[in-house]
Amino acid sequence: MSGSTQITRRDFLETTGAAGAGLVIGFHLPAGRRFGAGSAAPFAPNAWLRIGADESVLVVVDRSEMGQGVTTSLPMLLAEELDADWSKIRIEFAPADKAYINPMFGMQGTGGSTSVRAAYTPLRKAGAAARELLLTAAAATWGVDKATCRAENGAVVHTPSKRRLTYGKLVAKAATVSPASVPADVPLKKPEEWKILGTRVKRLDTPPKVDGSAQFGIDVKTPGMLVAVIARSPVFGGKVGTFDATKAKAVPGVRQVVQVSTGIAVVADGYWAAKKGRDALDVTWDEGANAQVSSASISQVFAQRAQQPGAQARHDGDPESALAAAATKVDAAYELPFLAHATMEPMNCTAHVRADGVDIWAPTQFQTGAQGLGAKIGGVTPDKVRVHTTYLGGGFGRRFELDFMQEALETSKAVKAPVKVVWSREDDIQNAQYRPACYHQMRAGLDAAGQPAAWTQRIVAPSIMARVFPDTVKNGLDGEAVEGAMEMPYTTPNVHVDYVLTDTGIPVGFWRSVNNSFNAFVVESFIDELAHAAKKDPYEYRRDLLGKAPRHLGVLNLAANKAGWGTPLPEGRSRGIAVWKSFDSYVAEVAEISITDGDVRVHRVVCAVDCGPVVNPSIVEAQMQSAIVYGLTAALWGEIGIDKGRVQQSNFHNYRMLRLAEMPVVEVHIVPSTDAQGGAGEPGTPPIAPAVCNAIFAATGKRIRKLPIGKIA
Amino acid sequence: MPPISFTVNGKSETVNVAPDTPLLWVLRDTLGLTGTKFGCGIAQCGACTVHLDGTATRTCVLPVSAVAGKRVTTIEGLSKNRSHPVQRAWIEEDVPQCGYCQSGQIMAAVALLAKNPHPSDADIDTAMTNICRCGTYQRIRAAIHRAAQGA
Repeated sequence: MSGSTQITRRDFLETTGAAGAGLVIGFHLPAGRRFGAGSAAPFAPNAWLRIGADESVLVVVDRSEMGQGVTTSLPMLLAEELDADWSKIRIEFAPADKAYINPMFGMQGTGGSTSVRAAYTPLRKAGAAARELLLTAAAATWGVDKATCRAENGAVVHTPSKRRLTYGKLVAKAATVSPASVPADVPLKKPEEWKILGTRVKRLDTPPKVDGSAQFGIDVKTPGMLVAVIARSPVFGGKVGTFDATKAKAVPGVRQVVQVSTGIAVVADGYWAAKKGRDALDVTWDEGANAQVSSASISQVFAQRAQQPGAQARHDGDPESALAAAATKVDAAYELPFLAHATMEPMNCTAHVRADGVDIWAPTQFQTGAQGLGAKIGGVTPDKVRVHTTYLGGGFGRRFELDFMQEALETSKAVKAPVKVVWSREDDIQNAQYRPACYHQMRAGLDAAGQPAAWTQRIVAPSIMARVFPDTVKNGLDGEAVEGAMEMPYTTPNVHVDYVLTDTGIPVGFWRSVNNSFNAFVVESFIDELAHAAKKDPYEYRRDLLGKAPRHLGVLNLAANKAGWGTPLPEGRSRGIAVWKSFDSYVAEVAEISITDGDVRVHRVVCAVDCGPVVNPSIVEAQMQSAIVYGLTAALWGEIGIDKGRVQQSNFHNYRMLRLAEMPVVEVHIVPSTDAQGGAGEPGTPPIAPAVCNAIFAATGKRIRKLPIGKIA
Repeated sequence: MPPISFTVNGKSETVNVAPDTPLLWVLRDTLGLTGTKFGCGIAQCGACTVHLDGTATRTCVLPVSAVAGKRVTTIEGLSKNRSHPVQRAWIEEDVPQCGYCQSGQIMAAVALLAKNPHPSDADIDTAMTNICRCGTYQRIRAAIHRAAQGA
């Protein structure tokens, strides 16, 4: 349940360095994808594109589709510059190969809301270069000047004669044109020339998702495949003490019972037999060092450690003197819980470890990690490991981990057969790498006019990077743990932000928007506290302090305006606002709530987003709705509690999910922007918890400083 | 284990499995119909929803022995070529994100519309209790209204 992502800083930099070689990426053709120039051969000018004589245009999607829309947005980038006929686009998931390294990671993986940002230029250039080759092929076929030809909707047209050849008819010729004949810097279209980009193109993955044919990891079936369910230590870090497989093996359908790193694998013909086998298994655990850890003991440790100075992330001016001199002082402590991802598709992986190679079929966000792990466990070189990425039934960062793949690889190796490991929902809730629980000590001083003269934040939290990329943590500072807090945008001359790295024994990992999920709650609640202390309107107070943050201000004003900030609401309703930058995008949200018998109901959320140039507004809208639901669910009810080193929640009955009847109306307003591009998958999550809690304060005068919100007393 | 017979998507099936095996796992592991999903195993999330004699039913806790002689419809049997009005509405509204819960959502919506061809928002709230972690609820609601108008 921890430590399997063993990539050193050095590996990371080396791979990043390789990726830094730049736009050659993608022009290396992975093994098995090279095609001859015969008449039936497709035209495959780069790693992402294959055009067939049958007019099919196959786009190899090198990011994992977990709902965020990459199977549509990435092909749109390529198709725009290719001038492809969109109706001919087909997709296939990329194998693990250096051609498909994510240039923002230096590894092949999907996360950090990077997909469109990272692909924006390379995929458009790939499409443009392919179009040029097709134009050259057509001009040669007709014996005309290439400059008199144009590409449109999947064909080349000779403008003077109106002759037309579709791409399918040109593939054989195009395959013979030297890629070197295409200028290195083919100009890309201007946004006003776009026909596909910027439009609400329907998702290519919808049809297979409405008839049951989309293949998720859990749906994989290979010849001779067995299904395994794993018994794991109930305490984090615990190990198998003793086990007796007799009763498990007596369950009809159970084939083998084997020990793996995380516990005991019960291997059967199908899931139900494997699960019954696990229920029948006799196993004892050496619970280890965490057997006495509880949520209360963690809270206590956090509060104690908040008394000591942390590793400095930001220091402007002289905050201590400014605090001492302030007309008004505001102090507050905030606390947030661990959170599980709870992807709809429970963790699973199918692996086949053989002497000659390894196959991995997985709903994974991290192909490079999968390949490396397969090589290590299989005892083969990475090129002998084939990674087959399926659709992901949700990711949210959980599928960047390797634990579920490690179990499948180890079990397959032990039983010498292809094995699908399937987790139950209980396994999923109780064996995650959780959003860090954390504690924040906030202090501010206001001058006589109510303006912040000093702002300090101390963050006490476990570090994800200390587990995943330990070499990136320098002098106790995890730069990711302070993300957003460090760049707190409100104008004030004296700022101090520091971090007290505090391990709790509970594994922590990437959870949609990562550390922004807690820092936004704290910063955006505390600025609301300052507005109240200054007797100012919380929107106007923010607005007046965002003079040096124009993109924050742009979305703040837009959201406030569209929400009708300041206009009367129906009886019992109130509003709260928050704004946050994450993953290079800016999002403001206004939540409109009511409270009945202590239960908070969110009726409406007005969301304004500036993510730079938009590839597909329908997908951006959907991602904002999605991110808001994700953050709102957590804010209202989300809490992984620990007792005796064990997770207290187990399934959806006690780890509550927002349902349709509880869904607010979410209105998304996209700022037209030509600024630097940001991500879309995560930035909608951070502002919702503070927006809702600020609305609760507006309604009740009660400040929520500890999540989840739960019942309002 | 006595054989258990029932019809799935109009076809007779006879299975030889432990009678306590939930219908979900018979559909997925025995019959290879993987469109019906496993989400929670305790009938909370609805990812495993099929129609049992026309009624939306969560199959992760339904022993296959209870299905003997009955008629099961799964997402695969809803239509040919995604032509059911609910499937068409789902495509038109671009509902799915990760898509994992959508088979169950669609089966629940089809059952709702069969009983109540023009549901109000309140009717949709009551009938559509399946969990979607991607938060596609707003588009699900829009798609149900669209399907009610013939998609």
